[in-house]
Amino acid sequence: MTTAATTRKSAVGTAHTRVEGYDKVTGAARYAGEIPFAGLAHGWLVLSTVARGRIRSVETAEVLAMPGVLTVLHHGNAQRLNTGYIGLMGVPDPTCAVFQQDRVPFMGWPVALVVAETSEQAREAAEALVVRYEEEPHDIAFAADRPDVYLVDQGPAPAETGKGDVAAGLAASAVVVDAEYTTPEEFHHPMEPHAATARWDGDLLDVVDSNQGATWVVSELANLFSLDPASVRVRSEHVGGGFGSKGVRAHQVAAVMAAAALRRPVRVVLTRRQMFSLTGYRSPTIQRLRLGADADGRLRALEHSSVSLTSTVYEFLEPAAAASRALYDADAHHTVNRVVRLDVPTPSWMRAPGEAPGSFALESALDELAEKCGIDPIELRVRNEPERGPVSGLPFSSRNLIACFREGARRFGWADRDPRPGVRREGRWLLGTGTASACFPVIAWPSTAAVTAEADGTFTVRIAASDIGTGARTALTLVAADALEVAPDRVRVRIGDSNFGPATIAGGSMGTRSWSWAITAAAAELRERLASGAGIPPEGITVRSDTTEAVGALSEKERHSFGAQFAEVAVDVATGEVRVRRMLGIFAAGRIVNPLTARNQFTGGMIWGISMALHEEAVRDRASGGHYGADLAGYHVATHADVPHVEADWIDDPDPDDPVGIKGIGEIGIVGAAAAVANAVRHATGVRHRSLPIRPDRVILAGAGGTADAGGTGTVRGTGTGAAGGTGAAGEARA
Amino acid sequence: MKEFGYQRALDVPGALALLDADADARFLGGGTNLVDLMKAGVERPSRLVDVRELPLDRIEPTADGGLRIGATVTNSDLAAHPGVRRRYPALAQAVLAGASGQLRNMATVGGNLLQRTRCGYFTDVTKACNKRVPGSGCPAVEGEHRNHAILGASSHCVAVHPSDMAVALAAFDAVVSYETAGGPGELPLTEFYLPVGGTPHLETALPQGALITGVTLPPAPVAALSRYRKVRERASYAFAIGSVAAALDVRDGVTREARLAFGAVASKPWRARAAERVLTGAPADAGTFAAAADAELAAAEPLPHNAYKVTLMRNLVVAVLTGLAEEAAR
Amino acid sequence: MAPPPSSAFDSSITLNINGDKHTLTVDHRTTLLDALRERLDLTGSKKGCDQGQCGACTVLLDGRRAVSCLQLAVAAEGRAITTVEGLSDEGQLHPVQQAFLDLDGYQCGYCTPGQICSAVAVIEEHAAGWPSAVTEDVRPEAGPPPLSAEEIRERMSGNLCRCSAYVSIVQAVARAAATVQAEPATAAPAGAEEAAA
Repeated sequence: MTTAATTRKSAVGTAHTRVEGYDKVTGAARYAGEIPFAGLAHGWLVLSTVARGRIRSVETAEVLAMPGVLTVLHHGNAQRLNTGYIGLMGVPDPTCAVFQQDRVPFMGWPVALVVAETSEQAREAAEALVVRYEEEPHDIAFAADRPDVYLVDQGPAPAETGKGDVAAGLAASAVVVDAEYTTPEEFHHPMEPHAATARWDGDLLDVVDSNQGATWVVSELANLFSLDPASVRVRSEHVGGGFGSKGVRAHQVAAVMAAAALRRPVRVVLTRRQMFSLTGYRSPTIQRLRLGADADGRLRALEHSSVSLTSTVYEFLEPAAAASRALYDADAHHTVNRVVRLDVPTPSWMRAPGEAPGSFALESALDELAEKCGIDPIELRVRNEPERGPVSGLPFSSRNLIACFREGARRFGWADRDPRPGVRREGRWLLGTGTASACFPVIAWPSTAAVTAEADGTFTVRIAASDIGTGARTALTLVAADALEVAPDRVRVRIGDSNFGPATIAGGSMGTRSWSWAITAAAAELRERLASGAGIPPEGITVRSDTTEAVGALSEKERHSFGAQFAEVAVDVATGEVRVRRMLGIFAAGRIVNPLTARNQFTGGMIWGISMALHEEAVRDRASGGHYGADLAGYHVATHADVPHVEADWIDDPDPDDPVGIKGIGEIGIVGAAAAVANAVRHATGVRHRSLPIRPDRVILAGAGGTADAGGTGTVRGTGTGAAGGTGAAGEARA
Repeated sequence: MKEFGYQRALDVPGALALLDADADARFLGGGTNLVDLMKAGVERPSRLVDVRELPLDRIEPTADGGLRIGATVTNSDLAAHPGVRRRYPALAQAVLAGASGQLRNMATVGGNLLQRTRCGYFTDVTKACNKRVPGSGCPAVEGEHRNHAILGASSHCVAVHPSDMAVALAAFDAVVSYETAGGPGELPLTEFYLPVGGTPHLETALPQGALITGVTLPPAPVAALSRYRKVRERASYAFAIGSVAAALDVRDGVTREARLAFGAVASKPWRARAAERVLTGAPADAGTFAAAADAELAAAEPLPHNAYKVTLMRNLVVAVLTGLAEEAAR
Repeated sequence: MAPPPSSAFDSSITLNINGDKHTLTVDHRTTLLDALRERLDLTGSKKGCDQGQCGACTVLLDGRRAVSCLQLAVAAEGRAITTVEGLSDEGQLHPVQQAFLDLDGYQCGYCTPGQICSAVAVIEEHAAGWPSAVTEDVRPEAGPPPLSAEEIRERMSGNLCRCSAYVSIVQAVARAAATVQAEPATAAPAGAEEAAA
């Protein structure tokens, strides 16, 4: 070890360009569908064209005679899979266990895989394959008042939490907000479509795919195919985005199956359209918020109920009401998540599951309450800062929400804000500003890492981490450099290979925190070994770590990142156009490892909030049960022109229980962002939009009708007269 | 996508000969719509005759002071052309409002006119569509139709034409030229697209096997003061939910001549002649502009979820004409 | 060596890519994007949607940006094709590539080659005086608009970035444009001279 270590500048906290940056800007970085394989065959999935029913027949004969076609796998000939296990994320979604049944539970269910010599041949044959169905009536009518809506726990978290008497609390309140908010079906749509190539080498299975966790994919494939996990290797050096969608999906399983059947490598790549039914999505939500407060805004009652949907084959919960479990307290506090099973594809985790839609409803309702009470929205939040977890009663590990608001307000110029809605005009545009809180859980999962001191004085870190664009590879390099007390250029971090040992996923904002923990532990032990002064043999000295015990020893606390979101919008009520003019987010999200990539990730999340507020909505066609416009021209995500200068910054907030001080920053950026935009639209126009996205037609109809509320079925009812100096009934400014 | 033959034509007679009256063969221009539809299985040609290299890539002044635009001129070159920008600015704006820089570099003027609707039922072969499969039905009427037609539609089809360029061309009385094996022909753009009626699959009045060779813009001094405005659900790189191409000649506060066409409201670019009649000779003020919009939109027959378009178009007309009148007064 | 065409549905073609000639037999259905990725091992151009709706496959055709997923390979014969692999020179990054690297103009990197090819063309299109949809006055007399952030955003809007690294991408394009302008004049897009005449 160098003696200069004591004066060396910390790598963590210093901006560093991505270590794989050169490869990404030159096109040299290879993603899952781009690794060459000798003798590669191409698989193309065939999806159901009915939303419910049974497969009567798969007419393979004609297709098998087509040029280049090698095989057609379907429920009649596919190998049997084991689905009776509980994996890392629970029981498997039958959508992934392909070709095991003749039942079709939704439009876009995988019914066959056609494999051919070229992708063009596979595609044409897949399109030509005739599948006959016994069609049954489908039910995709999502509604909160359906009798078959039921309570669902969110993993270890209960479906329902409560204390006090909400009805009594509301009755005793001077001001009440009671409103319904809706969010639509939303899709991850990473730029890289899901792709996998499977190859059998004797009894060893080698899979190159695009995933958020090689360990996870190995364990699922090993379970499904009844294999020893040690005989399965999964690699994904570069991953073109994930956002929760890249776990085990139908294409990997189909590729493994076909590779086994043909004894040659098989690649299956999903089309953008196929991603609409096979890779998960954010369930639509219908949420009701009931807030009761004293005239000064202090909450007496808070109730957040949410209904989401899932498929008939798998129980997935979008826990939107959980967003209210850590932010604000009230003597009467009730949250409940319900779900209904419909003939639709299975939803999944999508960036800030629960918190993203939940914070839209909660933070919109807070804004409504502030207006009714006639107090500033930030002051309302100051007055409702809880001492301890509202539901758990546990202390917070750190809670710097108000510090974020204060810093954000200063930089955004909030103090100059005129609270009256609908009074600022610039040409055809009405202008407004809005704010919202952000809160996201901090977690860590066990991981292992190996750190090697090489004979040439460099270090190699091996960990089955996944860099889905987060900058994890670079962040881990900086963490390792500090832990080893060397410059980052002496550290090489290798990731994306299950052979490196078990590690957690790039998800839940916990990847960099969990992996860094393991690297830090291994590096510390390695430094001790090296300190003994023994020489380094040619193969180097390797130390392995496993954080299972350390992570398990974390005390029970409310652990969260926090943030304050600010947005300014311009709205042309004549044409319905809404443009975000600027946005600022200030976050308290643990120690920031790499300011360059962290800022990018925060602003990326905030832009997801813009996109969620204004654009994103997958439309389901009632008659067919499938999507209308299932492509990137029909499902709009924000593009360059939708995105103004978005700024993100942070305050000092190291996590006291993490070896590096990390909390995690992958998801906090989107939380509250859509609410900040919607609150700004309200401030600009006087119209409260409770249904996302805030589309031009909704803005136009609200403007033309002069109504207070747009899009949703919700209303605000003021039961009290204690509101001091408020703007009165919502929408007055528009009349 | 099924297999197909490919031939490249080097001149117009050669292109017509290669097509050889084969009803399953298609001319290939920039391919930005046709290749996409082939991937979707909507178009299944037996052969493609590539016409991109035909010597139809010039924009030239006509003797009477108009412009003649070759069919293979790319959208980008059309929008960048100084003569277009100076004399028909709304046409340049319309083209620039469409698609993306990449697509405008590929797409041709002829192909732009012939592009198909982006109705999500039309582009999804698993669903019914009278335009794609005559007689199969139109699910949009009872289903998703937020961005469908409010003017000139029928119960057989409520899809809208997606072109921005064609809206400006319609306002400026453009004439489409074509060649067939039997000789050349011409169609005013406003008669180029057929009424929907019961035959939504029949989209243009072009004879079978005809090749569009160009578009002629007659001289239109009024077009020098013109504007195209497009409203969409994303700030860029999205199809219109409503658009207006307008030109105004205002002197002493009175409109002497007006041109007005709507996009994304009908199966074709909608020339708003009823509105033009109200405008002509009347004071150039907001009241007249609103009355003009109302005159045109009186014929609107919105569906439950696209009624907003009536308000949108009325507001757009007033906003665009007001802006032009202010500019004229400067 | 490419096998000869076996049917009316194949053609033997020569593609000029990054200055190199590649002769191959293609199924007419093969797009330029698939030819690059699956036949020529040039995987820098990405397939994000395969429908011209995302821009990840953007390449330069005769110096102009185009989506290679809607360009049939057989129809690209005779054209000069430049992919992201052809932008850097002997390891020396193009100013656009360098700016994306320095300013973190990406996250997952999958849209990046398309963004970079598009940005290279945007800078040239702007230098050639092309207006955009946000150019207030498109008349040639008005002169070219400055390449403001708003102009960059509109011109780059054909390239989606789902990671939403838009803020740093725009900064990178602006920096690269300044760098390119400081260098000797680059070639205008093919045909621009004529259009600007």
